[in-house]
Amino acid sequence: MAKLLLNGNHAAANACKDVGVQVIAAYPITPQSPIVERLSRFVDDGKLNAEFVRVESEHSAITVCIAASTTGARVFTASSANGLCLMHEQLHWAAGSRLPIVLACANRAPAAPWNVWTDEQDSISQRDTGWVQLYCEDNQEIYDTIIQAYKLGEDPEIYAPVMVCFDGYILSHTMMPVETIDDSNLIKEFLPPYKPHTHLDPNDPCIVNLVTFPWIRHDPDKPGIEKMGAYPEFRYALQQSLLKVPEKFKKIDKEFGDKFGRYYGIYKEYLCDDAEFIIFGIGTLACEARISADLLRKQGFKVGLINLKLYRPFPRDDLIEFITKHPDIKGIIVFDRNLSYGYEGAVCTDLKSTLYSAHFDIPVHNYIAGIGGRNITAEQIASATKKSCEMILKGQIDKKPEWINIDMED
Amino acid sequence: MSKILKPKDIPEEEFILSGTRACSGCGLSLAYRFALKALGKNTIITVPASCSTVLHGMYPCAAVNLPMLNTAFESTGASASGIRAALNILGKKDITVLAWAGDGGTTDIGIQSLSGAAERGTDIIYACYDNEAYMNTGTQRSGSTPFGAYTTTTPSGKKQRRKNMPKIMAAHGIPYVATANAVYPIDLFQKFRRAKDEFKGDTRYIHIFSPCPPGWGFEPQDLIKIGKLGTETGIWDLYEIINGKFTLNNITMKIVQGKIKRKPVVDYFRAQKRFNTLSNNAIRRIQEEIDKKFQEYENSFA
Repeated sequence: MAKLLLNGNHAAANACKDVGVQVIAAYPITPQSPIVERLSRFVDDGKLNAEFVRVESEHSAITVCIAASTTGARVFTASSANGLCLMHEQLHWAAGSRLPIVLACANRAPAAPWNVWTDEQDSISQRDTGWVQLYCEDNQEIYDTIIQAYKLGEDPEIYAPVMVCFDGYILSHTMMPVETIDDSNLIKEFLPPYKPHTHLDPNDPCIVNLVTFPWIRHDPDKPGIEKMGAYPEFRYALQQSLLKVPEKFKKIDKEFGDKFGRYYGIYKEYLCDDAEFIIFGIGTLACEARISADLLRKQGFKVGLINLKLYRPFPRDDLIEFITKHPDIKGIIVFDRNLSYGYEGAVCTDLKSTLYSAHFDIPVHNYIAGIGGRNITAEQIASATKKSCEMILKGQIDKKPEWINIDMED
Repeated sequence: MSKILKPKDIPEEEFILSGTRACSGCGLSLAYRFALKALGKNTIITVPASCSTVLHGMYPCAAVNLPMLNTAFESTGASASGIRAALNILGKKDITVLAWAGDGGTTDIGIQSLSGAAERGTDIIYACYDNEAYMNTGTQRSGSTPFGAYTTTTPSGKKQRRKNMPKIMAAHGIPYVATANAVYPIDLFQKFRRAKDEFKGDTRYIHIFSPCPPGWGFEPQDLIKIGKLGTETGIWDLYEIINGKFTLNNITMKIVQGKIKRKPVVDYFRAQKRFNTLSNNAIRRIQEEIDKKFQEYENSFA
C-alpha cells in the first residue's frame, strides 16, 4: 500500500496500471485526457505492459476495446461528454457482446453550447445501453471502483461492461490522498487475470455477432432438439445478468473491504436511522449534501442522505428494503445534475418508479442542480431541501421539478 | 509481379463453405474465396455491416470456416486494430488480421477509422470489395459509385465523380496498395499472398472491383464477362503501389504494352442496365478520359 496525492484522473490511471490492463484505446477530451496521458507514460516507461492504441476518435476507441476484449485482452478506455456520446452506438455493441470493458467517464456537460464543466448528462444519456454505471464521490473511490469494476464485469454470472463515472474537475482535477495497492499479488488475489469467455481463434473458428433472427433457431446438428435462442433470448440473458449486479456488487464490495479496508456498498447513507426526509442523489452533489443534512439537523429537520453508487442496474430491491426499514420517511428530495429534457431528473424518475412499484406513497421532490458545472453549495441544497420539507409537512406533496441557483425568471 | 501463378498453384482448401447467403453471380464471393485461400488458416477477419455480413450466414449457421468478428459499419479499421492489439499483447503476432469491407463501409462511413489504422501503421490487411453502391441495403449511391450510374438514390444517374480510394490509401505512405478484380482470381490471390508475406508488420490495402448482378443490372451468368470488360475497357485498372512506386499489372499492363487491344468503354456501359440513362455524349467524354489515361500509362510504362 502506498499513499499518493492524486487527482481523480490519475487515480483512475493508477488503478488501470495496478490491475494490469492489456489494451488501452482512447482519444483526448477534456476533462478526461489526463487519464490517458498518464497511462501513455506508464506504457512508455515500461511500468505497464499494455498495447496503447492512440485512435482517431472515441468511436474507434470503444471499437478497439470491443475487438481486443473479444480477442481475449483486459481493456480500458475513458471519455467525457461529446466523446462518450460519439461512443453511443458501440456502447450497445459492447453490452450486447457481453464484454467486461471498463470505461472511466469524467462527467462533463455535452454541447451545445460548448461547456467543459461537469454534469452527468453525458453518462445518464447512455443509461439504456446495457452498461453497469457506478458513480464515485472522491478519488479514493475512483481508484477502488475501477478495480471492483473489472471484478464485477469479468464475473461469469455478469459479463457486462462497466462505466465508472466521476464529476469532471470537482474530482478529475482535484488532488486528494489516495491509497494505492502497489502489490500486484494482492490485487491478483482479489482480481485474477482475465479469463475471456469469447474468443477469436483460428484453431477453433467461430463467427461472432452473426445476424440473429427474432425467432428461435435450432442447432443445425440437432434439428428440432437443441434450441439456440435468438436475438430476444440474447437480450433477455443480458437483462437477467444485469439484475444480478446489486447482489454481486455487494459481495465484491465486501471482499474488497475485507481485504483492503474500504467499503462502499451500492449506496452510501448518512444520518438515515431516524430520518424523516431523505436527500437523494449521485456523485459529488450528494457528497456535498452531507453538510446540508448537518445544517438542517441543526434547524430541527430530521434529514438523512442517500448517495447512490450503483445507478444501473437501478437497485430497486435494495431501495425498497431501505424504505421499508425506515418507516419514518415522509419525503424524498432528489437532486439531479442531469435532466431528461421535457420531464425531470433521471434519478428522480427512476426512484419514483421504484417507490410506485412497491406501493410506497412517499412524496418525491426534484431539484435540477449544477447543470454545466454551475456551483452548488451545501447551503443551497439545504435551503431547497428545507422548502420541500416544509411543503410536505403542510401536505403540499405535489411539486414540479425546480432548478436551483438559476438566474432566470419563470 | 514476380512469378506468374497457375490454377494448380492455388490451394485446394476452402474457407467459404457451401450455403453462403450471397446472391448467385456475386463478385464479392468469388473475390473472398480466393482472398481467404491466399491468407490461409491462421487468419482472423473483421467485417462491418455489408453484403459480407449476410454472406457469412445467419445465427447459428456460419458459412465461413475462419474466425470473424462482426463490427459496426464505420468501425472496421478500429476493429482490426483492436484484434491486432490484443493478439500482440497475448503473444500471437503471427496471426494475419484481415479487415474486409464494402465500398460504402470503406470510402464513406468507414474512411476515418481506416485512415486512423493506416496512419498508425497497424499490422493488418484491409480489403475493400467495391460493388460501387450500398448493395446490401438495396443499391443506394456511395462515394465509390461511378458517374452516371443508376442507383435507388440516383434515379437519373449519379451526377458526381467517384472517389479514388486506392490513391487516398497510397497517400498514407503505407507500403502496399493494390487493385484487383474479382474475375481475375489468380491476380487477386497473388496480391493477397504478397500483402501477407512481403509487407507483414504494416498496413496493406487491396481494392477489389466486384461486379454485382442485381445492383448493376446484368444476369448472374455474365459476372465474368462484365468483370473482364471492366478491365479490358480501361475502366478498372490493375496496379500495385509498392512503397510509393506505381506499377501496372496483368491485363492492364498487357494493354499498355500493346499485347491486348483495349475495348471501347461503350461495350462495358451498354452491358449493364445501371448505365441506361448515361448518354452517348457522356460515354464519348468518358472514352476520351480513358484514352488520355492510357496515353499517360504508355508514356510511363510502354
